[in-house]
Amino acid sequence: MKTDKSRILQSQGNHFICFFGFGWLFFMRQLFKDYEVRQYVVQVIFSVTFAFSCTMFELIIFEILGVLSSSSRYFHWKMNLCVILLILVFMIPFYIGYFFVSNIRLLHKQRLPFSCLLWLTFMYFFWKLGDPFPILSPKHGILSIEQLISRVGVIGVTLMALLSGFGAVNCPYTYMSYFLRNVTDTDILALERRLLQTMDMIISKKKRMAVARRTMFQKGEVHNKPSGFWGMIKSVTTSAPGSENLTLIQQEVDALEELSRQLFLETVDLYATKERIEYSKTFKGKYFNFLGYFFSIYCVWKIFMATINIVFDRVGKTDPVTRGIEITVNYLGIQFDVKFWSQHISFILVGIIIVTSIRGLLITLTKFFYAISSSKSSNVIVLLLAQIMGMYFVSSVLLIRMSMPLEYRTIITEVLGELQFNFYHRWFDVIFLVSALSSILFLYLAHKQAPEKHMAP
Amino acid sequence: MASLDRVKVLVLGDSGVGKSSLVHLLCQNQVLGNPSWTVGCSVDVRVHDYKEGTPEEKTYYIELWDVGGSVGSASSVKSTRTVFYNSVNGIILVHDLTNKKSSQNLYRWSLEVLNRDSVPTGVLVMNGDYDQEKFADNQIPLLVIGTKLDQIHETKRHEVLTRTAFLAEDFNAEEINLDCTNPRYLAAGSSNAVKLSRFFDKVIEMRYFLRDGNQIPGLPDRKRFWGGTFKNLHYD
Repeated sequence: MKTDKSRILQSQGNHFICFFGFGWLFFMRQLFKDYEVRQYVVQVIFSVTFAFSCTMFELIIFEILGVLSSSSRYFHWKMNLCVILLILVFMIPFYIGYFFVSNIRLLHKQRLPFSCLLWLTFMYFFWKLGDPFPILSPKHGILSIEQLISRVGVIGVTLMALLSGFGAVNCPYTYMSYFLRNVTDTDILALERRLLQTMDMIISKKKRMAVARRTMFQKGEVHNKPSGFWGMIKSVTTSAPGSENLTLIQQEVDALEELSRQLFLETVDLYATKERIEYSKTFKGKYFNFLGYFFSIYCVWKIFMATINIVFDRVGKTDPVTRGIEITVNYLGIQFDVKFWSQHISFILVGIIIVTSIRGLLITLTKFFYAISSSKSSNVIVLLLAQIMGMYFVSSVLLIRMSMPLEYRTIITEVLGELQFNFYHRWFDVIFLVSALSSILFLYLAHKQAPEKHMAP
Repeated sequence: MASLDRVKVLVLGDSGVGKSSLVHLLCQNQVLGNPSWTVGCSVDVRVHDYKEGTPEEKTYYIELWDVGGSVGSASSVKSTRTVFYNSVNGIILVHDLTNKKSSQNLYRWSLEVLNRDSVPTGVLVMNGDYDQEKFADNQIPLLVIGTKLDQIHETKRHEVLTRTAFLAEDFNAEEINLDCTNPRYLAAGSSNAVKLSRFFDKVIEMRYFLRDGNQIPGLPDRKRFWGGTFKNLHYD
């Protein structure tokens, strides 16, 4: 018995190390490609969060395939869950606060007390999060797993629904070439010319300022430096005639610099659109265009289903696998071994869901990271991403329960305790609908506004 | 006064190394109080006395074009950046002494500017190989500046400075190491100020006095320094 258990633990340990290694490599090769890792603790935390999340998904697969005994699976589940919650609620928020405070020069000396303070603030709001939601039965204690998981679940499900909603709308929008604006080379050249003209105007104003400063400096050398009490009064009351001019020019320069930034960003946008137009003419581009039409139908279907679910207050009782099998058996008259097939099909379905959600999340995180990080804030942002990733995966486990047949759901229900699962599904539908509709509105406005800017003479 | 002649100098480097602080220090002799992210390109002007103290002294405008972004930017950003690389007379390469990657990326930055006439795909810049031919023909004067010197601990200083000396030699350029938040590094008369002045003088010379294609004496000798590609050099 003992050697059995130790062997199981060892093999689990190997799997964990595999996942850890993958997370480590992803961090180094993809996320931190252009930066230097100076605080290894950040990389370790990211890889550990990733590894534990993957282990959770692995346990779901084990559940379906019936690997390991039921009691050892339960033990691993509980242990995994405890560790992940520890990381998500205690470790990562503390380190986010710590690195955030380290960036601020003033507070550098008292980093630790300030980061503890930030962490306590986080815990307070985290706790308060539970109040408006009907997620718990009152008989649980304060520091039980259920309390923590319910709150983590709310945040994670909100994130999932937001990403799903936006992704469902954005995916057809980017794939389909119907939405591509027509950009010609002359448009780009015209915009570039405007950009360079603006730069020239900034330069000529700065030249005037530099010369004015130089003459003032040279004049200042001739006079004595104002010393003593009366010198100070004199320098305050009489201002050199050049300095007022300078502030005026500086304001004009500020406005021109803002304009140059806008023009730069618009030019980048035009180049990106031109590349997409060229890409859409290739074979791969045409394939994605076709996929785009398919995804737009899928997106409309999902929005429709979410509305139905909310309006009719309906939560699906049976999972898609069992329902699919029922339909084939009852209506199409095909007889086959229900138990065998339900196990394998749910394994494949759940496997696909897990892999695509991990891949999708990692790609989105990478894009997000490239867009907003700089060398100063990279640590904080990566930790935030690790936090989002952990919460996302924990909530996926919560929601994936609905896609599995009844006999496999029990362990999740057991481990996660008495959560109101129906609430989470309803919450997901609501946020998904809100996110999808606002994305449609947002993309529509952005699309309408863009052509007018460039076609103007 | 607007009738002074001008030269254009690019200031390149990874984001966050301190280019904006450096340019502000060079042009306004003041420390930049609130550095924020540069979007696109920000320009500043410095008034420079060519051959100061000699009878041929003449004043020029030096435009410092601080181009923001990173080497790993999307190709649409790179295509837009190329518009700033026209008619460049000098290049200042800025790297962070506390960040080795920023020093390594300087090769990719210089390639991006020197290859601006070719299509900016990711291929040429990605593998970091040196195209020795292109660089040997380069007539544009370079200067390598290392920032955040104050954050290097005394014990590591020697190792870091040796590494940067190799880097500057690769580019056949002078190097200056300083801290952009402390104006005393560029105080008049210091060796850094002299190097800076010499660099600007060289830029002006290349632009205005050697238009007939004559090479600066001594340049052919320097070609001997480069043997082989640079991916074999390790700075660790």
